[in-house]
This record gives sequence, C-alpha cells and structure tokens, in this order.
Amino acid sequence: MSPILFWLFTALMLAFGTSVVLNRDPVASALSLVASFLCLSALFVGLDAFFIGVIQILVYAGAVMVLFLFIIMLLDLKAEQRRQFNRLSLAGGGAVAVGFMFELLHVLNSFSIGKNPFPPLGVARLDDVRQVGITLFTQFNLPFQTVGVLVLVASVGVIVLSRRELK
Amino acid sequence: MDFLNDIPWLLMLSSVAKTLFLIFLVVLPLVSYTVYAERRVSALIQDRLGPNRTGFPTSLLGFKSDLQLYLGGLGQPIADAVKFLLKEEFTPGHVNKFYFWMAPVLAMVPALSTLAVLPFGNYMFGQKMVVADVNVGILYVFAIASVGVYGIVLAGWSSNSKYPFLGGIRSTSQMISYELSLGLSAVPVLMIIGDLNLSEAIRYQVENGWLLLPFTDGKLTLREVLLWFPVFVSFVVFTISMFAETNRLPFDLPESETELVAGYHTEYSSMKFALFFLGEYAAMIAGSSLIVVLFLGGWHLPFLPVNTAETSLTLAGGLLGLIHITVFFAKVVVLLLCFIWVRWTLPRFRFDQLMKLGWLYLFEIALVNIFITAAVIAFVK
Repeated sequence: MSPILFWLFTALMLAFGTSVVLNRDPVASALSLVASFLCLSALFVGLDAFFIGVIQILVYAGAVMVLFLFIIMLLDLKAEQRRQFNRLSLAGGGAVAVGFMFELLHVLNSFSIGKNPFPPLGVARLDDVRQVGITLFTQFNLPFQTVGVLVLVASVGVIVLSRRELK
Repeated sequence: MDFLNDIPWLLMLSSVAKTLFLIFLVVLPLVSYTVYAERRVSALIQDRLGPNRTGFPTSLLGFKSDLQLYLGGLGQPIADAVKFLLKEEFTPGHVNKFYFWMAPVLAMVPALSTLAVLPFGNYMFGQKMVVADVNVGILYVFAIASVGVYGIVLAGWSSNSKYPFLGGIRSTSQMISYELSLGLSAVPVLMIIGDLNLSEAIRYQVENGWLLLPFTDGKLTLREVLLWFPVFVSFVVFTISMFAETNRLPFDLPESETELVAGYHTEYSSMKFALFFLGEYAAMIAGSSLIVVLFLGGWHLPFLPVNTAETSLTLAGGLLGLIHITVFFAKVVVLLLCFIWVRWTLPRFRFDQLMKLGWLYLFEIALVNIFITAAVIAFVK
C-alpha cells in the first residue's frame, strides 16, 4: 500500500472518529462513525485483507449503523444537542487518553519486537476467505460453534426482554 | 499477457479505461434508455403509444420547422436529460441543507460502484473485462449495496416533512429485511461454484453449463439435475429480493404515490431528483448483472468459442471479445425488460404483507435451500 494512501486514510479515520465524539448532533455523529468505518476498511484493503475490509463495511457500515441511524431518527433526540460539556469530565477523559497513549508508547519501546519494522508481506494474493473458513472450521470449530450458540441465546434473550405483553 | 499487469501505470490506465467505458458508454446510456423502455413498454401494456415522436427541435435554432426524422421517440432520453439539467433547482426552506444535498449523491454512487467487480466480458486486448477482479467479488457487491440505503434514509430525514420521512423509514426496514434473503439465497450458488470471485463463477459455468440451464455444456449429469432444483429456488428468491432491494414494484412502498406522494424524494426537484432516479435504475442494472453472472452464465454463449488472454489480441479474438460483451448486456437487457414487465403487471403489496413475505417465507426458504444444496453436494458425486 502506498504510504500516501495509508496516511490519507489514517488521517481521515481519526478526523471522523474525533467528530463522532465532538459533534452535538447525533445524526452527524452516527454518519461520522460510518465514514470512519469506511476509512478503516480502506486500510484493511490496503493490506490485501479484502475479506475483513468488506465485512467491515457489510456488517458495521451497512447493517449496524443503519439501525443506529434509524433509531436516532425515530427518537428525534433534541436533548442531546442542548447538553453542555462538563469541564471536569472533559479534563478527566483527556487525562485518561493521554495516560493510555504514554503507556502504549512505553510498552512498545520496552521490548525488542516493538522496535523492529514490520516484515514485508508476501507478494502473492492471499485467498483470505478460504483461509479464514478453513481455520475457523478445522482448528477452532468448537469455539466457533459455541460463539454461534451464545449469539443466538443473546438475541433470543433480547427479544424476550423487549417484548411487550399483549393484554 | 499477465506481464502487462506488472507495470503499475498500465494497470491503472486500463482500469480507468474500463471504468470509463462501463459507466459512460454502457451503463448511463442503458439507464436512460431503460427509462425510455419503461415508458414505451408500459404504454404497450396499457394499450397506449407512449413517447414515440421526440425528434430534433430545429425550430428552436431559427429554422422554419422541426427536422422530421422518424426516431420512434429515441430522442426522448436526451430531451429528458436536458429538461432535468435546465429546470430550477429548488431547495425548500425547511430542510436540513447539508444532508439534503448529500443524499442524492449517496443514492447514486453506491449503485455505480457495485459495477466495479462485475465481469462484463471475457478477454479483450489481452485484458480481463472486469474493473476489479477481487476475490471477495459478491461480498463487495452486497457491502456496497447495503451502504446505498443511507441516501434514501438521509433524503427522508433531512427533508423534514412527514411523507419523505415515512418513505425513508419504510425503505430502511425493507432494505435491511431483504438483504438477508438476498445474501442467503446466493449462498447455494457460491457453495456449488466454490468461490466468491465473480470471474470464477462464470468460468465454472463455462465449463459445467450455466447454473440455471445446466445443459449448455452439452451434457447433463445426475448431480446437475439434482442441483437444479435448489438453484431454481435460489434464483426465484434472489430475484424477488432484488426487486425489493431496488424498490421496484410490487415492492415500491418507499415511494408509493397513493400513500406518500412520492416518498423520500417528495421535496427534491430537477437534477437532484434525477440522481435518485438514475441511482434506482443503475441499481436495477447492477442487480440484473448480478443475476446474469450468478445464474445465467455471464458473457458465455454455448456455441461460441472462448477467448484466452493471448487469442484476444488477434482481430478475430477482439471481435469475439466484443461479442461476449454484447451477449452479457443483451442478457441484462432481457432481465431489465422483465423488471419493467412485472412493474406494469402486478399491483403493489401492503407494507405488512411485504414484511411477512420477507421474514416468514423468503428467509426460511433460503435457509432450507442451503441445507438441501449442502446435502446434494455431499452425497451425490
């Protein structure tokens, strides 16, 4: 991937990510998150990981965020736009973020692998869908099926909890 | 000729050339003439004439009379385009301007972007006739198509009035519901082909016969006959879901005139409205192309020889490449005519019927179909 594209999409992703937090309008926040997801999937595609890049768009940008936007529009949240920023919590959040960044830098510098540049990827096109499928269904079959059942239980639970009793 | 693709600027140049050819020489003219066909075919079905006499308005340029040429109304799309471009661009005062301007673009761009992975021909000039030959082919189409819903949602919301809003909400729930059956009904096909790449899907059908017409390779095995039934079911479910995804009648609830004026584009005028219109028809073309690629053998015709990268550089090979592209778009046009035929034949569903059909019938049929296909693949060699 050309470094120019990498920095372009990284900058865009971070800019949209910031705008998710800073925007008062919930619709603008949600759309910024979508744009941020699109940039992230561009980064994945740049690493030749087409499958995960496309799934990022299909699942997050195409399904989850559409539902988010749908709910936001239905609820018509006006209170969120009137809300004032709390100075103290703003400072606290900023401190946590800066602290976390320093910790990450420290950890990365303290062991040798973190300092090495990433080894170049193979030139050959990866058949990534097949690789993911084979790995999931042979090596990690049991955990994979278990996660599937868990998700099913969770979604049935949500439906049971949110169902209104008809009288 | 794969060594050509090692030169980056040449690869870039050929991609740009293919994109320009596909969009400006094929799809956009096809879109405008589909609109024309829609009007002529609807007229035919309703025993009217339709737009049949648009010619050259030379009297506008100072001549005494219009140029009388029998075009059968083929000039109509040009006249429509000029009208859309020259009409007043009116933005109502009560809308949310930023999103109101963004929505038509978001409706148009994804529809055109899905065309990038569709193999619209075999080799020509030593190049594969597909803009991006990626391994995730069909997933890319579904992903980009699912982003297309934002245009409609934002149009409905930013218009800030009740009919567009209801249209936008209907459209969202409709597209999310039918995406499921669309994706699931494609799974049996992918299981048979064993690849997500759309060029591979066509290569499989060239060698083993089209999936919907398995005799096109000249022989018929037991496995092909047994697989034909699930393939046919998935073709039907896929096509119905495609009608719902592209908001075509009998599923055009988001813009049903009798209830919602014009649905999500009620407040739009001139070129912004035209963008929604173009987006809808471009989505129709992309959907038909996908059906052609997955079920009807893409650019392949049984009695025509198949090009390789080397033979496509000769004159005969070049002609053959051109014929393959024509065959592909001929199949697409036939499907588009079916879309139009259905629109002017069937009445509109009610919204609860639409949701019931999607969730209670198509979804389950598609799921069961996957198991049947898997059983056939596993037990019949």
